[in-house]
Amino acid sequence: MSQRKPALPPAFRLADFWPALPGRHWANWALPLLVVLGLGFFPLLTGKDVHRETMFTLLRAVVMAVSLNIILGYTGYVSFGHVVFFGLGGYVGFYLVAVQGRSLWEALLAGGLAAGLLAWLIGIGILRLRGAYFALVTIGVNEAVKAFIQNFDPFGGPLGLTMNFAVYKAYGGPRAMLQMTYYVLLVLAVLAVLLAYAVRTSKFGLGLLSIREDEDAAEVMGVVTPMAKTWAFVLSAVLPGMLGALFFFRNGSIEPHEAFPLHLSIEAIVMVMLGGQGTVLGPVLGAAGYQAMRAFLLTNRYLKDIQLTVSGALLLLIVLFIPAGLIGWLRRRFPASRRVLL
Amino acid sequence: MALEWTSVLSFLIDGLMLGFVFGVAAMGLTLIWGVMDVINLAHGPIIALSMFGVYLLMGALGLGNPYPALLLVTLLALPVGMGIYYIAVHRVIDAPHLSSLLATYSVNMMLMGVMNAVFGGAPRNIEFSLGSIKLFGGAITIPTARVVAALAAVLIAAALYAFLYRTRLGRYIRAVTDNRDAAELVGVPSTTILALSFGLGVLLAAFAGGLIATIFPFTIFDGGRYELKSFVIGVLGGLGNPIGSLFGGLVLGLIEGIVPMFLETSWTPVIEFALFVLILLVRPTGLFGGKS
Repeated sequence: MSQRKPALPPAFRLADFWPALPGRHWANWALPLLVVLGLGFFPLLTGKDVHRETMFTLLRAVVMAVSLNIILGYTGYVSFGHVVFFGLGGYVGFYLVAVQGRSLWEALLAGGLAAGLLAWLIGIGILRLRGAYFALVTIGVNEAVKAFIQNFDPFGGPLGLTMNFAVYKAYGGPRAMLQMTYYVLLVLAVLAVLLAYAVRTSKFGLGLLSIREDEDAAEVMGVVTPMAKTWAFVLSAVLPGMLGALFFFRNGSIEPHEAFPLHLSIEAIVMVMLGGQGTVLGPVLGAAGYQAMRAFLLTNRYLKDIQLTVSGALLLLIVLFIPAGLIGWLRRRFPASRRVLL
Repeated sequence: MALEWTSVLSFLIDGLMLGFVFGVAAMGLTLIWGVMDVINLAHGPIIALSMFGVYLLMGALGLGNPYPALLLVTLLALPVGMGIYYIAVHRVIDAPHLSSLLATYSVNMMLMGVMNAVFGGAPRNIEFSLGSIKLFGGAITIPTARVVAALAAVLIAAALYAFLYRTRLGRYIRAVTDNRDAAELVGVPSTTILALSFGLGVLLAAFAGGLIATIFPFTIFDGGRYELKSFVIGVLGGLGNPIGSLFGGLVLGLIEGIVPMFLETSWTPVIEFALFVLILLVRPTGLFGGKS
């Protein structure tokens, strides 16, 4: 008899990613979707460009927060480098459009793929790392990629790249392009919410939640934790990558400091904490709430200089006293709401 | 590439001396990590705050050199650090890492916000001169301020070592590092010791910040740069191993001295952070061993 091959680790089946766990109220997915669509269609109703630009920033925050939540809230791993996917996707997409003359759609795909690939590579590396070491690596990766791109000539080095405005002709001119990219962003935000819901309510997501609670116990119960963590990381990276490609296409120029601002990662973390880590609706509300608060602070005569201090104090209060965030707090305070709020 | 041996030597000496100073900053970070498993993300703003503290205090004292001000700021840093511990860290000391990371980061945001409002982003410079030391008949010149900074860094590292291994409080800190529950059982006041350790970590960061301010011009945003360097050094030397940080600082100093000889200076951070990620992946306890 031939020697038996060692059994391969059980891989995930596609069905494991399907939101199939029983006992789900339809409001679990409808509520976050309604909030995103409501925010997204508001400027189309008023028809004002100012509102559209405000909402563009807000929806960008929603995509960042909701995607970050998959690794941060579901899996319990703090990533301080979420913006690296945004920046890398932005650079890859921008390079394809501005230098190679490809279309926006190819750029979006490539941006998402590049970000996913980077996440997969990091994921393979960090299989053994836990907790704070992971957080440190994410800071290091962000700085390393930024420092590398500052020296990478095809991407324009420290000066970055700029777009020839003639490119926008293919999309109906700059004005139509601004409108069109807004719709694309809205689609990305909807996709982010659907993905977050699907992961949260799938067997795969249950594995992630169990890793968050107790990684050793999860492993004993049969969750292939390295694989689950890697895929959670990849899933959280793809949409920011596409977002980056879209954002910098619209922006018309890209440079390293704009593409990898560490504070964008931090803001995304604050949004997730504010709304409730590990929930689907939480990060959406957190992103909207944080942006609204920021706008208020920046326009307030007395508070605009210490905007960062007020945000920091708010974050500290949440971390110390309501670590579950708004949705988590509601779920605990009003048990009846648990069926509807997720 | 033809390199003058004198320029090689002066690069190396410079790198090594700065390495000691950066090593002290990293020591503060890694002491806190070792004792309580908390990564102090307010490290950078504390360094920057200390730079401005030394700058302002020197002006207020009206002295020709910054060292008395540096000493005062360093002593002040201990109660400040203990205060930060009691306000922001103590409640989350046993919570998952996410909470303590975010708590210290919120302190970072508050300090940055206040400094931004008070000082603005303009660069400052501590103006004083100690002249320079010439070696090999003037082939190599080293500013005396750097030599003083390097010596002071070595001194405080020695003092920390003596404190940890020769005093009762130091033994308490090591006991809490090893096993907090067991230390509590034999009567070590663990909360006080945790606060003291946090204060000491902040003190070291402030001392290093003050030393850096005597060497380089600075802005409020420079704290972040030195915080990242501290991460790299802390990981090189082994997180939780304060004395290893001094050697980690030397390694970083050597890299910063050697890389510019072969590549453009802008490649230095690429190599540093690549090394940082690599070490975390391959040997997370650091080159010199640390707390696993």
